[in-house]
Amino acid sequence: MTRLKRSIRRIWQDFYLAIIMIFLYAPIATMIVLSFNSSKSRNQWGGFTWSWYTQMFASRNIMDALHNTLLIAFLSALIATLIGTAASIAINSMKQVPKTILMGITNIPMLNADIVTGISLMLAFLAFGISLGFRTVLIAHITFNIPYVILSVMPKLKQTSRSTYEAAMDLGAGPVYAFFKVVFPDILPGVLSGFLLAFTMSLDDFIITHFTRGAGINTLSTLIYSEVRRGIKPSMYALSSVIFVVVLALLLISNFAPKKKHS
Amino acid sequence: MGQSLIDLEHITKSFDGTVVLDDLNLSVKENTFVTLLGPSGCGKTTTLRIIGGFETADKGRVIFDGVDISRLPPNKRQLNTVFQKYALFSHMNIAENIAFGLKIKGKSRSYIQDKIRYALKLVGLQGYENRTVDSLSGGQQQRIAIARAIVNEPRVLLLDEPLGALDLKLRQDMQYELIRLKNELGITFIYVTHDQEEALTMSDTIVVMNQGYIQQMGTPEQIYNEPENAFVADFIGDSNIVPGLMIRDELVEIFGARFVCVDKGFGENRPVDVVIRPEDVELVAPEQGTLVGRCTHLIFKGVHYEMEVTTPDGFEWLVHSTTLCPVGKEVGIHVDPFNIQIMNKPESEDEEAVGVNE
Amino acid sequence: MSKKILSWPYVLWMTGFILIPLALIVYYGLTDKSGAFTLANVIAITTAEHSKALWLSLALSFGSTVICLLLAYPLAMILRNRGVGQNSFIVFIFILPMWMNFLLRTLAWQTLLEKNGVINAILSMLHLPTQSLINTSGAIILGMVYNFLPFMVLPIYNVLCKIDDDTINAARDLGANFWQTLLWVWIPLSVPGVISGITMVFVPALTTFVISSLLGGSKILLIGNVIEQEFTKGSNWHLGSGLSLVLMVFILISMAIVAKYDKNGEGSGF
Repeated sequence: MTRLKRSIRRIWQDFYLAIIMIFLYAPIATMIVLSFNSSKSRNQWGGFTWSWYTQMFASRNIMDALHNTLLIAFLSALIATLIGTAASIAINSMKQVPKTILMGITNIPMLNADIVTGISLMLAFLAFGISLGFRTVLIAHITFNIPYVILSVMPKLKQTSRSTYEAAMDLGAGPVYAFFKVVFPDILPGVLSGFLLAFTMSLDDFIITHFTRGAGINTLSTLIYSEVRRGIKPSMYALSSVIFVVVLALLLISNFAPKKKHS
Repeated sequence: MGQSLIDLEHITKSFDGTVVLDDLNLSVKENTFVTLLGPSGCGKTTTLRIIGGFETADKGRVIFDGVDISRLPPNKRQLNTVFQKYALFSHMNIAENIAFGLKIKGKSRSYIQDKIRYALKLVGLQGYENRTVDSLSGGQQQRIAIARAIVNEPRVLLLDEPLGALDLKLRQDMQYELIRLKNELGITFIYVTHDQEEALTMSDTIVVMNQGYIQQMGTPEQIYNEPENAFVADFIGDSNIVPGLMIRDELVEIFGARFVCVDKGFGENRPVDVVIRPEDVELVAPEQGTLVGRCTHLIFKGVHYEMEVTTPDGFEWLVHSTTLCPVGKEVGIHVDPFNIQIMNKPESEDEEAVGVNE
Repeated sequence: MSKKILSWPYVLWMTGFILIPLALIVYYGLTDKSGAFTLANVIAITTAEHSKALWLSLALSFGSTVICLLLAYPLAMILRNRGVGQNSFIVFIFILPMWMNFLLRTLAWQTLLEKNGVINAILSMLHLPTQSLINTSGAIILGMVYNFLPFMVLPIYNVLCKIDDDTINAARDLGANFWQTLLWVWIPLSVPGVISGITMVFVPALTTFVISSLLGGSKILLIGNVIEQEFTKGSNWHLGSGLSLVLMVFILISMAIVAKYDKNGEGSGF
């Protein structure tokens, strides 16, 4: 191919990337801009203001929802990490058939539609007389988080060679000691990224929370949903912008910080 | 031998500011087996990829049969490549892999069938048509990669370290296979390797490369027996490279001792480098030796003993011989005149840098 | 082995909160209020209202899946051919919106598409007639494509990265031009990623009720909206479960297709 042809192709590619980029980010950028717009109207710029942010932070509803969201995200990620990591270690040492069965079960909530997972949990809670509220949301989040932890930890466990663990035992370490000294450091990155993935998934969830929350409790997602149906308030834009920046920061840390140590 | 088929003229190529090829000129004759030999990073693979069309030279031209093909994409070039890791299409069976190029050329079904059968027979894998790529061993995959290339009847076959991933025994078998194939097909092979033994075994012409320059080009015998500089001598087999002084034509002084040689035209009292292959160093009784040293090291290698003889000036001579000299014994060194190879010392520092192995 | 004990909490948890709840959907879906077995809740999908919602869902999710595929394949190919690493910043940029809150992404489009929204404001500024964009099927497809595009890009990008450069070079070497290489090498080798991408877009698009209620208004009902309303407003859990069972048939079909074409989990997005 000639050089000219190649550079034309390159220009088309850049153009395509730019179009997709605009498509992906224009709505987000619009929201961030509107969160600073002092005019309540969406099609007029009334000057710069922080007031939607102060309104947001002053709002009891939003702050309660934020508190719930973070608490549920943290607790569900933590518990899911404990259960999921333990399960990964067990599954990794299992024979083919039980391994396949358990991994199949792990895949159900990942492949199933959220709406089905949500209503199935709701049905189960009500059938067993557990009233919907903070508890049920937490249980639901742990449930859909465990698979993400397992899928983060399993590849690391597979990479960890059995011989280093055996070498540690050969040198006189007990199985528990050998595990924490030799295997655990190897899988730690997987455990941490599993935790972060679970945390983000929990922050992001709306559908499953929607069905398992009952009337009394809101997370940010459910709050946004009910607010949006009533009509958008600019403080929602402020909230969206804050969440966007926080998620961006979290992802930057989890994606790029550990890599630097390696290179 | 025939006409020059491929000419590389003033090829220059750099990646991210690092010059990989610098003003390279190379001419390949029709129906020869040419090997580009050199350490990793010497530019041999880049040269091959420029011929294949996978890289474009920054400067210079690629002439194929008198036509400039520098700007032609790979699919329009009359040559085919056998890749280092075979690069077979894993979603196709063996027959489909071999048929790939022919289908693109729109050949008839019966022609393609015949060609597949012929190619599989040629590489000794009859009946493998419906096998999957995954079910084949590395050596078999390599043969299929060759079959896939040659059914297109290219005038030149480019091979990029095709035996690198195979084990020693298989590699040796495949070397003979390739020589046989080349003779049967009568096409030009351009072969890239870092393995000097492979190069010596198979090639009609060896091109020794280092740091983007051609160091020497010649028959395997020329390259081995008459290396033009220290890099070539060092890279092709083991050798003793010692500083010498050319007293006059056919006489060179090494560590104060005078050796008769056959080289002429270096001038008088000129410093030179002298190359002596380890198998050419003859161990004799001390009083018969031109130089006298003491054996300091001895290993049994199977076909011969490998010894080190240290002369009083401190130089350790590498010696391959079937006669044993025990460690500590004093021994004389003799070299026949035609086994002494004289080389000019590098004139500039730049040239010297070229000769240094990385 | 003592290690097996470690899996007990997991097994108990998944039994209690995945398997039993799914069994309950089956139970509710196949019984009436008195607890007697019936297929009425499943057959209810054939009523005009429900089948219309199902067909609309299938049509819109199919359309948005096709659009996602057409947009994502070239994008994934460009990213792969730029030779950027799998953890590079540019790839990160393109999958970042996937991690944005799902509702916020949809909310953002509402802001743009509304009658008094940004797009119409720009149109009227240019003295062009304003358009009714929101509350249309088009708006729902747009919302689906926007929300789920990264789910298509990521698995395709992952498989494309696993294709060796020399495999492509070999095809070129054997005489294939760009389109022949695309058709006979790129696409067949990326099937696992494409299939995985298709299900990762199709399943959430088919079952969504959020996008349709935010961008489609109250008049356009998808099957997700119907089911959601049975559980939150109508309170006919039996009917809702029966319709969910119908939905699960489609999900199971797509899971089976993935299992067939993506045996090694190559196309998995995570």
